[in-house]
Amino acid sequence: MTVRRLAYRNSILWTAALVHRLSGLALAIFLPLHFLALGLAIRGEVQLEGFLRWSDQPLVKLAEGGLVFLLVVHMLGGLRLLLIENLDWRDRQKELAAVVAGISAVVALILLVRMF
Amino acid sequence: MNVRLYVWQRATAALMLPLVLLHVAVIFYATRQGMTAADILARTRGSIVWAALYGTFVIAAAIHAAIGVRNVLFEWSPLGERRATMFAMAFGAALLLLGLRAVAAVVL
Repeated sequence: MTVRRLAYRNSILWTAALVHRLSGLALAIFLPLHFLALGLAIRGEVQLEGFLRWSDQPLVKLAEGGLVFLLVVHMLGGLRLLLIENLDWRDRQKELAAVVAGISAVVALILLVRMF
Repeated sequence: MNVRLYVWQRATAALMLPLVLLHVAVIFYATRQGMTAADILARTRGSIVWAALYGTFVIAAAIHAAIGVRNVLFEWSPLGERRATMFAMAFGAALLLLGLRAVAAVVL
């Protein structure tokens, strides 16, 4: 591909769309596992408790934090899309919205790290 | 993406916005309290509110994710539109079944 054809990738809007898509894909892969884990409660409280205690491991906690971060990032990206598509925007405001969504994601990450 | 799928994608996104915020708040609460399975199930079992909220969340998420997966497969994989749609429908149906089973497991 030529440099010219790839020039759109320098746009912050393209980056925002890519982050939104990748975070959504990761969540879609994770969701069945999440549902299977919760479904353990069908076999009784002991099964679910065993899973919860297994999830106390530092690496699992880290992965959980990452998933919550992806969820927040995807939600903010979606909110950005809904606002852009449904409100009357002027030049540069779309880029501003992408920057604000990015900053919000960083703030969300800091909050997550402090809370976990 | 056709208009019908586009509208479903955006409608389920709008519906899930408050549900995601609620879910993140629940995650924080449960984590900070160090809740056990007994604590969680004592709050959720028999609750019509939890069943309605999370039942709605699962249905919306299954539709939203299926449409998203279809779009990604269609644009990024060698699968054609028809195969991407079939895979996405199967994925959405699996999500719906597993999700509703999980809700039933914690509220019934």
